[in-house]
Amino acid sequence: MEPSAKYLYYPGCSLKGTGIAYEESLLTTFRLLELPIKELPDWNCCGATNYMSVSETSATLLAARNLALARQTGSRDLLAPCNACYLTLRKSQELVAHYPKIAHEVEQFLEQAGLPRLDSVRVRHVLEVLYTDVGVERLRELTVRRLQGVRMASYYGCQAVRPYGEVDDPHEPTRMDQILKAVGVDVVEYNLKTKCCGGALTGTIHDVGVRLNYILLKEAMRQGAQAIVTICPLCQFNLDAYQAEIRKQTGEPIDMPIFYLTQIVGWALGGDVRELGLHRAISGKKLIEQWFTVKKEAETYV
Amino acid sequence: MERQIRYQREADLEWAHRFTQHPGCERLLSCIQCGTCSGTCPLSIYMDITPRQVIAMVREGFRDDVLKSKTIWLCASCYACSVECPQKINITDVMYRLKREAIQNNVFPKRFPIPVLAQEFCEMVRRRGRNSEFWMVFRMALRSNPAILLSMMRTGWDLWRTGRLSMRMERIQRVNELQYIPAATKEVD
Ligand code: SF4
Ligand code: SF4
Ligand code: SF4
Ligand code: SF4
Repeated sequence: MEPSAKYLYYPGCSLKGTGIAYEESLLTTFRLLELPIKELPDWNCCGATNYMSVSETSATLLAARNLALARQTGSRDLLAPCNACYLTLRKSQELVAHYPKIAHEVEQFLEQAGLPRLDSVRVRHVLEVLYTDVGVERLRELTVRRLQGVRMASYYGCQAVRPYGEVDDPHEPTRMDQILKAVGVDVVEYNLKTKCCGGALTGTIHDVGVRLNYILLKEAMRQGAQAIVTICPLCQFNLDAYQAEIRKQTGEPIDMPIFYLTQIVGWALGGDVRELGLHRAISGKKLIEQWFTVKKEAETYV
Repeated sequence: MERQIRYQREADLEWAHRFTQHPGCERLLSCIQCGTCSGTCPLSIYMDITPRQVIAMVREGFRDDVLKSKTIWLCASCYACSVECPQKINITDVMYRLKREAIQNNVFPKRFPIPVLAQEFCEMVRRRGRNSEFWMVFRMALRSNPAILLSMMRTGWDLWRTGRLSMRMERIQRVNELQYIPAATKEVD
C-alpha cells in the first residue's frame, strides 16, 4: 500500500464539537506523517445509531450521499475516525451489497439528487490506517520522544472492531496496544477494551451510562493504568466528562486523562501540545501538564 | 414483569415470520436459547427482559411485551451479542427493528427520552444535513425531562471552558439533495 494515498476525511458532527481535539490531533499526526488528507466537501451527518432506530432506509440513504460525494472527489479512501460514523458508513455498504431492494432505493435516491452511483469507496478507520498503511515499525522509527514510565490502557470501544472485524480483531484487538508500545508507552492488560461504554446512554438513561463508564475507569485503575487511550469521540467524551460525578457518587479518587490515539502518536512524532488538542481535557489535567512539557529535543522523560 | 399477553390466541404469531423478512433478522428462528447474548451484553443487568428472552418472545409473538420493554432502548448497538451468537443471529439488528416498530406505532413509555431523542435527531439531520449536538440535547431535554437540564449544566460548562461546545446551527450547502430522503416517521418498515 502506497503511503502517499490521498485520504478523504469524514469528520462527522462530533469531531467538529465535543471531539475537536480528535480532529486537531488527527490532522497534526497526518501532517507529521506526510499523509495527504482532505476534508470531504459538504459531508452530511451519518445518522449514527439514532437514524437506524427510526428508519433503516433513510439511514442508508444518508450514508450513501457521503459515499457518493467521496466518489465525486476521485479519492478512494474515506477516513471516518469516529467509531459510530465508521460503522454506519460500513453498514450501509453491506446493506447495499447484500439487499437488492435497498440497493435499488439507494440508486434511485442518488439519481434524483444528481449524485454519482456508488463505486469502490473504501471506508477506513484511523487505527487501521496507522497500523496497515503506516505500520508499527515506521511509527517506532519516527518517534522523537517517549512518554517513558507512563502506563496506559487501550480502549477500543465497540463499533469499530465489531461486527466486521476489519479495523482489528473483534474479540481480542491488539493493534492499538502495538502502536502505543512502539511509540514508547507502557500498555497495561485491559480486559474491558471492547466492552461498550453505553454510547449516548449517558445523555439519555444517565445513571446506567455513568455506571458503565465507572466500571471501565475503575478496571483500568485496578490494572495500574494512569490513563486511557481511545479511538472514538464518544468513548473519549463519556470517559472524560463524568469523572467528577463519579468521584462524588462513589468517593473513589478517579481523575484520569482520557486521550485519543492520535494525540499520543502525534506527541511522539513531535507535535505541539495545543496542535494536538491536549489542552482540551476535562479530567486528569495535572498528569497531562506533568507529562507533556518535554521539548522535542529531549530524548526521554522519566 | 407484568405480562400483557396471557393467552396464546392473543399472541401475534405472524410477527416472527414478518421479522425474518428484514435485513439481519433472517436467522431469528434458529435461536437455541443458549443465553450467550445475555451473558455478553454489558447492559443486560439493567434490562427488564434479557436479549435471550427478547428473541424467545419475538418468536412466540409477545409483541406488546417486547415493544413496551425498556430493553430495546437500553441496547447501545454494541454488537457484542451478534459476534458471539453461535447461531449467527444478528441480535443488534433485531433490536433496531424493534426500536423502529415501537417508534412507528408510538408504543414507548411516556417521557422516556430515547425515542424522543432519536426522532428529534432525525428531523434535524434530514432538514439541515448536520446534527448540532447542543441544540439537539437541549430540545430533547425540554421535551422529555426538563429536570435533567440542571445536571447537564456542569458537563456543559466543562465543555465550554475547554472549547468543545459548539452552539452553531450547522447546515450543509446542498440541503436540496436531502429532500429525496423520505421522512423517517412516515416509513413503514
Ligand atoms: S457519529 Fe453521530 S455525530 Fe458523528 S456524524 Fe455520525 S451521527 Fe453525526
Ligand atoms: S464504546 Fe461507546 S462510544 Fe465507543 S463506539 Fe461503543 S458505544 Fe460508541
Ligand atoms: S446467543 Fe444466539 S442462539 Fe444463543 S440465545 Fe442468544 S440469540 Fe439465541
Ligand atoms: S448490541 Fe444491544 S443487546 Fe447486543 S450486547 Fe450490545 S447492548 Fe446488548
